[in-house]
Amino acid sequence: MIINHPLLGPRDASEFTYLGDASLINRPDWQSDTAAAEFHDYLYLRDNPAGTHRELWFHEQGDRSWLVVTRDTLTHEILATELARDVARKTGRGK
Amino acid sequence: MRYSALAIMRQVLNGHRGWKPAWRDPEPQSSYDFIVIGGGGHGLATAYYLAKEHNAARVAVLEKGWIGGGNVGRNTTIIRANYLLDGNQPFYELSLKLWENLEQDLNYNAMVSQRGILNLCHTDAQRDAYRRRGNAMMFTGSGAELLDAEGVRAMYPFLNFDDARFPIKGGLLHRRGGTARHDGVAWGYARAADQRGVDIIQNCEVTGFRIENGKLLGVETTRGYIGAKKVGVAVAGSSGRVMAKAGMRLPIESHVLQAFVTEGLKPVLDGVITYGAGHFYVSQSDKGGLVFGGDIDGYNTYAQRGNLPVVEDVAEGGMSLMPMIGRARLLRMWGGVMDMSMDGSPFIDHTGIDGLYFNGGWCYGGFKATPASGFCFAHLMATDRPHDVATAYRLDRFRTGRMIDEKGVGAQPNLH
Ligand SMILES: Cc1cc2nc3c(=O)[nH]c(=O)nc-3n(C[C@H](O)[C@H](O)[C@H](O)COP(=O)(O)OP(=O)(O)OC[C@H]3O[C@@H](n4cnc5c(N)ncnc54)[C@H](O)[C@@H]3O)c2cc1C
Repeated sequence: MIINHPLLGPRDASEFTYLGDASLINRPDWQSDTAAAEFHDYLYLRDNPAGTHRELWFHEQGDRSWLVVTRDTLTHEILATELARDVARKTGRGK
Repeated sequence: MRYSALAIMRQVLNGHRGWKPAWRDPEPQSSYDFIVIGGGGHGLATAYYLAKEHNAARVAVLEKGWIGGGNVGRNTTIIRANYLLDGNQPFYELSLKLWENLEQDLNYNAMVSQRGILNLCHTDAQRDAYRRRGNAMMFTGSGAELLDAEGVRAMYPFLNFDDARFPIKGGLLHRRGGTARHDGVAWGYARAADQRGVDIIQNCEVTGFRIENGKLLGVETTRGYIGAKKVGVAVAGSSGRVMAKAGMRLPIESHVLQAFVTEGLKPVLDGVITYGAGHFYVSQSDKGGLVFGGDIDGYNTYAQRGNLPVVEDVAEGGMSLMPMIGRARLLRMWGGVMDMSMDGSPFIDHTGIDGLYFNGGWCYGGFKATPASGFCFAHLMATDRPHDVATAYRLDRFRTGRMIDEKGVGAQPNLH
């Protein structure tokens, strides 16, 4: 698989390590009253779709950036790549 | 028809014209007491033990394709009981006992071969860990022997003992482990279940569940609605997709594992060798092909094929352990989609929905579990109580802090 890095251009997927579902960006609030239940769902439960899936890849052998990659889990086709930082900022996360 | 030497002789005399199909091809009935979704090894074994151990009469297996077309026909056929943790080892020992009697029980040649499994170790720490694991295995009667490097050399002199990075220091030998013919296991269970009245319905995909007020009434299929008192799901790599139709999210991601077979060779390897440090395992099939594999590809996928980096990684692992493997030509490779659970261990449990039961999360190790998985899932579905050796396989174990982290690597599927 070739991942089209937004800054570096096309790179072989073997330069990256995989973390999992991109929803892992949305860490629950540890101070909420229901934090234990929310962290359980966040850490362990998955939608696991057959088809389009947004996921986190770490460019470990490259610039060490985190990407959100949109990929078809049935065909291995990669539909979009974004910097995880940009995705997080769009949802109102700081820094 | 019972298979026997005499039955074969009779067929020889009449030119093999008298063999009958091994199981019926029935139309689905409008309702059943028990429906098992998924005609893989686990689903077929569950139906068989429901009929045999619990006298269930109205049982159906629904399979979207043909039985044995999933992981039961795609794996590298290794069976063993060399686990460590309490939640696991007694379960796999029960499975091994069932394997040992499987062919007599089913009247079917599943080519169960206890050719022995050797886990190689390469460091002092790994040897200590194997000593501990071997003790855990001996507690459940599975048998274990710790070999030093000379002991390994006597068995397999062709291995690369002096690899600079991973010199072979010894191994844990599990003589009762070995291999079984994967298709034979599916066919044997199917035939034996059919003979006990189970309807095996192929080309019948479950497309939804009919659930009212938290109670399951039946399943929607490509061949119409079928009512059921109890439904058990055993769909291996499709668990996420199928359980989503019942509104459930699971602690599971679907990943692909690849397997490889070389051209047929003269006998060179009589047992199974695993090489944990280099992520490689190998055995030789009765047809002569070396059968081997390594790591999972490591990201979510439902494509029943893998990608090249893992092919390269597995080939490197093989070459570093067993240099002569480089002379063999690779004939075939394929992938199978597996449920990778968050701690690497399986589930056999009720769901929150009355009448709906779940069996899955077998990762890359569910073939050896086939008999015990079916036995324990049938027990749960028939009695509503978990079998003694399968009490730890709960869906809520992450919520209650009772993970079964057999490999000790943490809560992420691609680490297992
Ligand atoms: C390459 C590879 C190597 C492996 N090596 C080993 C090994 O050496 N030892 C070991 O112990 N384990 C091994 N495994 C793991 C093992 O094969 C699996 O864990 C186990 O076979 C899964 O259970 P099963 O046989 O019931 O699955 P399957 O045979 O996959 O059965 C599931 C069935 O459900 C059906 N299904 C799915 N969705 C639906 C639906 N909606 N309606 C109806 N039917 C449906 C599928 O068509 C399929 O036939 C390996 C796996 C792979 C892929």
